Amino acid sequence: MRHIARFLAFPLAAVLAVASCGLPSPGGGVQQPTGPIRIGLLAPITGTTAASGTDMLNGWNLYWKVNGIKIGAREVQTFHEDTGGDPTVALTKARLLIEQRQVHFILGPLLASEGLALADYIKGQGTPWFLPVVSADDLTQRQRIPNMLRVAGWSSSQPHHPFGEYAYEQGYRKIVTICADYAFGHEVCGGFSHTFSDKGGQIVAQLWNPLGTPDFSSYMTQIRGITADAVFALQVGADSPRFVRQWNEFGLKAKFPLLGGEVLLDQSLLRSMGPEAEGLISAGHFAEGRQAKATQEYVDLYLKEYNQLPSYYASALYAAAGWIAKAIQQSGGNVEDPKKLLEAVKSQSLDDSALGPMKLDDYGNPISNTYIRRVERRPDGKLWNVVVKTYEKVSQFWNYKPEDFLKQPVYSRDYQGLKK
Amino acid sequence: MSGARARVGWVLVALVAAFALAVPYLTSSFYTALVTQLLFFGLLAMSVGLLGGYTGLMPMGYAAIMGIGAYALGYLITRAHAPMGIAIAGAIAIALVVTLAFGLMAIRTSGIFFSMITLAQGMLVWGAAYRWYQVTGAENGLRGIERPFFAVRYYEYYYLVLAVVAASALVLWLIVRSPFGLSLQGIRESESRMRTLGYDVGLHKLIAFEVSGFFAAVSGLLFGWYNNFISPASVGLPSSAEAVFMVILGGAGTLLGPVLGAAVVVFAKNFLSLYLSRWPTIMGLIFILAVLFARDGLVGTGRRVAIAAGGRGNKTTAVE
Repeated sequence: MRHIARFLAFPLAAVLAVASCGLPSPGGGVQQPTGPIRIGLLAPITGTTAASGTDMLNGWNLYWKVNGIKIGAREVQTFHEDTGGDPTVALTKARLLIEQRQVHFILGPLLASEGLALADYIKGQGTPWFLPVVSADDLTQRQRIPNMLRVAGWSSSQPHHPFGEYAYEQGYRKIVTICADYAFGHEVCGGFSHTFSDKGGQIVAQLWNPLGTPDFSSYMTQIRGITADAVFALQVGADSPRFVRQWNEFGLKAKFPLLGGEVLLDQSLLRSMGPEAEGLISAGHFAEGRQAKATQEYVDLYLKEYNQLPSYYASALYAAAGWIAKAIQQSGGNVEDPKKLLEAVKSQSLDDSALGPMKLDDYGNPISNTYIRRVERRPDGKLWNVVVKTYEKVSQFWNYKPEDFLKQPVYSRDYQGLKK
Repeated sequence: MSGARARVGWVLVALVAAFALAVPYLTSSFYTALVTQLLFFGLLAMSVGLLGGYTGLMPMGYAAIMGIGAYALGYLITRAHAPMGIAIAGAIAIALVVTLAFGLMAIRTSGIFFSMITLAQGMLVWGAAYRWYQVTGAENGLRGIERPFFAVRYYEYYYLVLAVVAASALVLWLIVRSPFGLSLQGIRESESRMRTLGYDVGLHKLIAFEVSGFFAAVSGLLFGWYNNFISPASVGLPSSAEAVFMVILGGAGTLLGPVLGAAVVVFAKNFLSLYLSRWPTIMGLIFILAVLFARDGLVGTGRRVAIAAGGRGNKTTAVE
């Protein structure tokens, strides 16, 4: 028995050691309605998504630098936590922000998987939650969370619905798609394929490549052998520059018009592309080359501060900061009541912003502009997306009735909304 | 061991047990949740330690076994809508079957080859988690893994995890002290000698693999309930490597070591990162320092220091 005793002492001593480290509770304390507004921001600054996460922080910080770190009379405190791109770390950090830092609301994180990991927890806590970046369709569709609003955000298929119709209007009738084989890729590709097929176009082949495809040559050869009018492609992260480069090298750029999903040509990736990207067309809810004052003033500020053009990650956080600040100000600076805060943010709309005019629909997703964009070279040598055509007031349900749309399953490899 | 020391041991146990039971009262919900994490990662590390530390077969894919437990539980609860009891039994059974298949493949090897085969098995599971979206939800993972009805709140769940992990640790302790456990250590020291002595080495390895798999699967259930969520990020190579890191850092060939290692990792991941954005660098430094200066881990080094200081070392404790 004494062995048992000694044995048990060990793990329990370990518990003791760690728990006692945890005793001082940073940032805890009594809330005062007139104290600072406490904001939790989740963004990865380590791991594979660190670059986009850093962009999020940059956009957020830029807003407060320009406008002062105050909403009305109340000071703003941002508690940033690194998720490392890992859903379970994101969940721990969300617990920290809500239970320990006692933030009034949370923004972020970045990846769909991170957002989905937090969903049940934050739903249970009732803390207001704003998602400017995570775009998983179902979070504002079939699996809604009452205390979550996609402020200055988007859903994956949203800008790609009008893009499908645009493609049909360009005279394309047969299209091949090649998309990253995971939920985001399925949703982006589904949005495009659904409306293109509804118009009467034909999706002649759908290729799915795994995330992190090191070499696209086998896909390029396959595409070359198919008779089609154009190709729709969606790649993410480091796959995007690789895809676009090989697209050019295999001579497909001269053979097929390439239609890009939003993040294929997002500024965060365009930065590392060269002449091979020039002239490519894509659709998105953000276009850094949009000529409106709201966008260009912001782009200039960002360029001056960080010496690069802003990606959608940065812009979404910048716009969200403005949106939330305005809502809090107009509701008299009260952030203590989650219901009132959510109501204030929900009823707020932006006449214009870095992303264009925005207002939330009944499901918590923005009704916003969709831009058809073309990559062009600026006088300073940088590539950016300029607007070719603007679709205004695009809803996540496009022109379908929400009730009918929600009866379909969410876009997946099995369901792309194609006409039978 | 003298009676006086045993009494000191009992007092210590009583104190620590009292403290463990009091954790939810002493600290906030957030830190209670952190200790909960420490406990089930400690269990995973102990199961890796049974293979890596006691049997001398370091598995590089054990987060995958834990992941199978969590995924199977998640699938049975969220997709198949099975009752909790069936979900638990089913998840463990699935994990055991997969472990058996993996074990049959892996026990034919030892040393670095064993590590490589288990690494490949881990990648296999990760690949399935990533691509088999009808079952695993792919990149988006499985959401909504509900806890048992009696352990929904954080402190209830803490006590459930504490009870399960304490019971598992006790069983593991009995196993490593048993003749079976001693023959595992014999295999670690010299496989050929054990074979010459007439032991069925393959069978011993397979049983050790299966037992480890069982406890890894249990930690998987605790992990799945804790997060209410499982995604491929949790079953990949980095997570498996982390489990090995816990074992080596804490001290291979001990049961306490892996738990201490888990404590350091959980602490670094969730606490250090509040103050340092480059915390993975610190983890790397800790690991390098441990390999350079404390090859037998925290426990081994602690023991050596104690022996050097008091000269009261006791050889029979060296294998615990």
